[in-house]
Amino acid sequence: MDFQLSEDQRALRTGVRELLAGRFPTERLRAAVAAYEAAGDGPVLDRGLWRELAGAGFFSLLLPEAAGGTGLGPQEAVLVMEEAGRALLPGPLVAGVLLAGAVDGAATGERIAGLCDATAAPVLWDHPADCDEVIVVGADAAHRYAAGELRTAAVRSVDPLTPLARLLDGPSGAPYAVDVGRLRRDAALLTAAQQLGGAVRALEAAVAYARQREQFGAPIGSFQAVKHLCAEMLVRVEVARSAVYAASVTGDPVEVAGAKLLADEAATGNARDCLQVHGGTGFTWEADVHLALKRAWLRAAAWQTVADGTETLAEALTDGHIVL
Amino acid sequence: MDLTYTAEEESFRARLRAWLSEVLPKLPPKPAAADWPGRRAYDTAWQRMLYDAGYAGLHWPADAGGRGATPTQHLIFLEETERAGAPYVGANFVGLLHAGPTVAAEGTAEQRARWLPPILRGEEIWCQGFSEPAAGSDLAALRTKAVRDGDFYVVSGSKLWTSHAEVADWCELLVRTNPGAPRHRGISWLAMPMDAPGITVRPLRTLAGSTEFAEVFLDEVRVPVANRVGAENDGWRVTMVTLSFERGTAFVGEVVACHRVLAALARTARGNGRWDDAVLRRRLGRLAAEFAALWRLTQWNVSAAQAGGGVPGVGGSVFKLRYSHARQELYDAAAEVLGAGALDADHEWVADRLSSLSYTIAAGTSQIQRNIVAERILGLPKGR
Ligand SMILES: Cc1cc2nc3c(=O)[nH]c(=O)nc-3n(C[C@H](O)[C@H](O)[C@H](O)COP(=O)(O)OP(=O)(O)OC[C@H]3O[C@@H](n4cnc5c(N)ncnc54)[C@H](O)[C@@H]3O)c2cc1C
Repeated sequence: MDFQLSEDQRALRTGVRELLAGRFPTERLRAAVAAYEAAGDGPVLDRGLWRELAGAGFFSLLLPEAAGGTGLGPQEAVLVMEEAGRALLPGPLVAGVLLAGAVDGAATGERIAGLCDATAAPVLWDHPADCDEVIVVGADAAHRYAAGELRTAAVRSVDPLTPLARLLDGPSGAPYAVDVGRLRRDAALLTAAQQLGGAVRALEAAVAYARQREQFGAPIGSFQAVKHLCAEMLVRVEVARSAVYAASVTGDPVEVAGAKLLADEAATGNARDCLQVHGGTGFTWEADVHLALKRAWLRAAAWQTVADGTETLAEALTDGHIVL
Repeated sequence: MDLTYTAEEESFRARLRAWLSEVLPKLPPKPAAADWPGRRAYDTAWQRMLYDAGYAGLHWPADAGGRGATPTQHLIFLEETERAGAPYVGANFVGLLHAGPTVAAEGTAEQRARWLPPILRGEEIWCQGFSEPAAGSDLAALRTKAVRDGDFYVVSGSKLWTSHAEVADWCELLVRTNPGAPRHRGISWLAMPMDAPGITVRPLRTLAGSTEFAEVFLDEVRVPVANRVGAENDGWRVTMVTLSFERGTAFVGEVVACHRVLAALARTARGNGRWDDAVLRRRLGRLAAEFAALWRLTQWNVSAAQAGGGVPGVGGSVFKLRYSHARQELYDAAAEVLGAGALDADHEWVADRLSSLSYTIAAGTSQIQRNIVAERILGLPKGR
């Protein structure tokens, strides 16, 4: 047993972190927010950035080498998604990784694939104006659609980095042959990895602010009430990290369910605590704090809700499914 | 990242399993919880069996009489003994996990030869005399004083919450040897024989009704200077060294046990109809995720120790914070499964619910752990 990142994995994580710091710094994050506000129903994604991400291998993480992939696997995909989550990188990233082999041009970033969970109510599709093709995943079958083939109703998304539309049509597109259970499991895992990254971001932001902001003549981070919030944020991160990484190793669907649940808690809990540590500033549009919280809410609703996850785990308890 | 065990680790596990299935049926019946002499005899008999089979002091360095096992082997040992229902470390706890490792790391050759083998063989029991009435979280405020008189220290004061004091042969005692020095620099570490004149042990009842710990009064107890481990006034550092023996394995068996309890709660709830309550069902489902993650966090910490040679004590703080809380939640959920049955103090889960209340207090309260995590890992400024 060696449950630690390998040298290569550490290097990958550092590389992706540096890449994102260079290509998607805070200014670009704010520009993306402005783009959404200006776009109305139009596209918001920066296609140049999307192709750069593809060029760096983002969307070929799970493709076999023979198909032009990197020959890496779920462990590496999780590390990359964690960094993407930490950078609050917008776009249908999970779809990009999971549909790279299914949608022409998705792996190279020339075309953008979308993925939509039809078991949710209402059925929401993210980045509808940006996707060239979308796969709608039901409980046990999936269908594919070209852009413009689906009737949608506008929704004003709570997350200013993730436009949404509500699907009006039932399944009528071409069937897309796929192991739906597996696709759902992988989508939940990659979403959980992004949540982990979001939780890390919120922790780092809270600690940085707590060190710098002074009240009563001292940094607020010297007050225990603030300190203890930060400590619990770290605990959430470390517990979620163990769960997400382990799920990427075993691929066990129950373990993935647990990882998604704990990563959702870490992302939403940390973003809220980060807001609290920031005081009034945290309640403003200008501070980035709300972006992390809203993205965390969005991802928590995607691919596995708290209710679904806890029911899956409860069921596993009685049918003798043991993770340890 | 690799969660599979090597062939070597698996064969270690297989040998251990075979041995456990052979010896566990030969154990004497478990003594009653209140029968302390019986418990001591039971715990030490088990330790002797481990010793004879070559499993004693698995995680101790070989030059201290241990087996020099890897952190992963230690994890497997704790996991398998728990699964097989083997006895816990019990009264051997302080000897094997605190005092012994301290002597191993800081003692002279003579001290190691005197104290370590009897711990490994289950012949001598140790207790820990650190906390005092006015020194709990703030351990460095301890006042029990030791005054030099020739080859002896004359020790007076009182210790509190001393677990296993009634049955212990030795006490690892922190005393103040220089009242004039800064607090952390006037403390020494002594091995005090519990049969020395001047020691009075007054058992304290816990909220569970048991007598797990005691108050220990020291009235001019004469302890040989030769029983001091480390230099005079260097006891604080000597004590902290022990923490480096923590390799992420402190709660391995308990996490395995909690998972088993959780599965039993689900079965019971199915049987008594409470499973139909979605709130309870989902609460149990959430706990399943919690304990699975705590198990993975354990493997993560153990792997880090294996790679780097030791987990810093602060990694243990992250684990303890979450685990102690999760354990309390588990038994609160158990109470809900039991319904009015949760008022029967003789029910195993009710007794465990009561004892779980000590987890956020003993060995560093949750508040102190959060201070440690915030200051030493996150680098937040020290404050009030
Ligand atoms: C079951 C059990 C077994 C034990 N066994 C032993 C043993 O064998 N040997 C031994 O030496 N000791 C033992 N202890 C003692 C244990 O280590 C202490 O109880 C513990 O360190 C807390 O000290 P205290 O009880 O004096 O509480 P206090 O330190 O008085 O704490 C009271 C409250 O104040 C809070 N508090 C204190 N300081 C701070 C701070 N700086 N910031 C924020 N909050 C603070 C605490 O978190 C707690 O909530 C045992 C305790 C228990 C419960």
